[in-house]
Amino acid sequence: MTLAENKTLIEVKHLKEYFDISTGMFRSKPLKAVDDVSFSITKGETLGLVGESGCGKTTVGRTLLHLYKPTGGEIWYDGKQVKTKKDIKEFRKKATMVFQDPYSSLNPRMTVSDIIGEPLDVHKLTSNKKERMERILELMDYVGLNSEHAARYAHEFSGGQRQRIGIARSLAVNPDFIVCDEPVSALDVSIQAQVINMFDELQEKLGLTYLFIAHDLLVVRHISDRIAVMYLGRMVELADAEEIYNKPLHPYSQSLLSAVPVPDPKIARTNKRIVLTGDIPSPLNAPSGCPFRTRCRYACDKCAESMPEFKEVSTGHFVACHRVDEINS
Amino acid sequence: MALLEVKNLKTSFFTDAGEVKAVNDVSFTLDRGKVLGIVGESGSGKSVTAYSIMQILAGTGKIVGGSIKLDGQELVGAGEKVMKNVRGNKISIIFQDPMTSLNPTYTIGKQLMEAILLHTDRNKKEAYDRAVEMLRLVNVNEPEKRMKQYPYEFSGGMRQRVMIAMALACEPDILIADEPTTALDVTIQAQILELMGSLQEELGMAIIMITHDLGVVAQICDEVIVMYAGSICEQGTADEIFYNPCHEYTKGLMRSIPTADTAGTKLRPITGTPIDLLNMPKGCPFAPRCDNAMKICIKHRADRMEINENHAASCWVNVKKGLDSGEIELDTEGGDDLG
Repeated sequence: MTLAENKTLIEVKHLKEYFDISTGMFRSKPLKAVDDVSFSITKGETLGLVGESGCGKTTVGRTLLHLYKPTGGEIWYDGKQVKTKKDIKEFRKKATMVFQDPYSSLNPRMTVSDIIGEPLDVHKLTSNKKERMERILELMDYVGLNSEHAARYAHEFSGGQRQRIGIARSLAVNPDFIVCDEPVSALDVSIQAQVINMFDELQEKLGLTYLFIAHDLLVVRHISDRIAVMYLGRMVELADAEEIYNKPLHPYSQSLLSAVPVPDPKIARTNKRIVLTGDIPSPLNAPSGCPFRTRCRYACDKCAESMPEFKEVSTGHFVACHRVDEINS
Repeated sequence: MALLEVKNLKTSFFTDAGEVKAVNDVSFTLDRGKVLGIVGESGSGKSVTAYSIMQILAGTGKIVGGSIKLDGQELVGAGEKVMKNVRGNKISIIFQDPMTSLNPTYTIGKQLMEAILLHTDRNKKEAYDRAVEMLRLVNVNEPEKRMKQYPYEFSGGMRQRVMIAMALACEPDILIADEPTTALDVTIQAQILELMGSLQEELGMAIIMITHDLGVVAQICDEVIVMYAGSICEQGTADEIFYNPCHEYTKGLMRSIPTADTAGTKLRPITGTPIDLLNMPKGCPFAPRCDNAMKICIKHRADRMEINENHAASCWVNVKKGLDSGEIELDTEGGDDLG
């Protein structure tokens, strides 16, 4: 993918999203799902966002589109801050989402043409029925669906085809930016590859920018230009896709990448895995200081005292770790 | 003698829409201490094969043919009394979803002890000790305290450890793991796979690992069976399957996985969608999606053909290759279909 125009399309500054969790009558505690996350995405680029369940990657995607109201921080689109209701409505014509579960994200009582046409109706993008139908058929053609399918219902389709319907819906408003929230994790390997290729082709054809959220690291590496790793609501590392795979600097990224099962028996047998002990802590009782320190092999006193700064260690490579230099020297 | 011998197993589900041949003529053997992987996409019959061995099929499902021999003893048609002795005692199973396979209303201890009390003649005190010992074996911290807790107090990885502890409590000869790590995160998956590997070495049991993740297979399996539409399309040692795939479906699967080399390029996926088991074609079930399908593939299903002593596949493409290179010769007419 060539980044012809090196223009920042999306910029997120110190994004915070806290959910209030009731802990008794009149009492509540904030669950810090996303805490102080900053990144930017260039036009035409794919940023991969990885992490384990509960790390806040989906919440980043949803808050970014104002599906949740951010607790703090700023979201900038194309040089303008998205803040007021009017901004948000305009923004949603430019930024859409593809959801993880192709089974629950399509209304079973609507036909395919109504599902894909709904965004057109909401934003009043077509002036008459004929134009609306033409646009729907064009969108179906983009994602490889047959025009005969327009009058059918979602239950008549397989998982892969449903995901295509969801993608056609997200393309309806002619967006520049799509948040893809685990779009292939519910699909079989053979179908997964078809959908990944489609994302690639659509990006080339329509000049799209993606935030690609997934937990399958092989898929993320294939599709992303840059990759961000999250842990317990914080971003711990961000770098070029190849760089992060070949030279991960944060201890969490290192163990995460070493844990990926490689589909090659000889490599798999000799691979040294860094197996983490214990489970991811509850975000309600996040550890003090660095969130990863309870499972980190290198944790020291300093890690418990203060949160490491998310700093650039080499060009475009950001890491949040106190001991990054010692560990990797 | 092989520990488990499955021969021409056929299992069907009888639905209102017709007979679904979920497992169609599956044969394999499993030796003591080996790890066998069964891979395939959803609907390929890999789980139903496992459930048939345990005979825990849903109401509409029935074994309609073939034989399953455990240590020489025939299990098909052996009756519920025999099977009760086999399940849990000789063959154990762990399921994909650790969230739903534990009863939320009983403590972990009670559920662990239930399996032990049912299958052995230990008394309550001994069963308790055994349960604690098993929890310690699967690396659960503070097992005595954990015994009194309920499943909701456990994380996904911990619950899967409890399931493994439960399955191994009676020292089975065979452990069937039905997608044991699919619902877990990669770092937890690595912990569980590591645990299964070390327990297997320690206790010397055989494992049948059912998964759709070829990475998991590469990591722990000695032998691999690839299933498509209810039948085995290829089987062999892990090295043979990964480095010398001889069925077009297996080759397609290998190509579909993103790797270091595919970054920035297009993947070469298998085209089309999985087959409808209610409308099976006459020939090879994979032919409609196969790039190299020949006339014969649509007319006849290929039999199991030996590639070498460690490897067999059911694919006409191998015959074509052999003919082209002069390795095999046809003694009958019909060569036209191979093209």
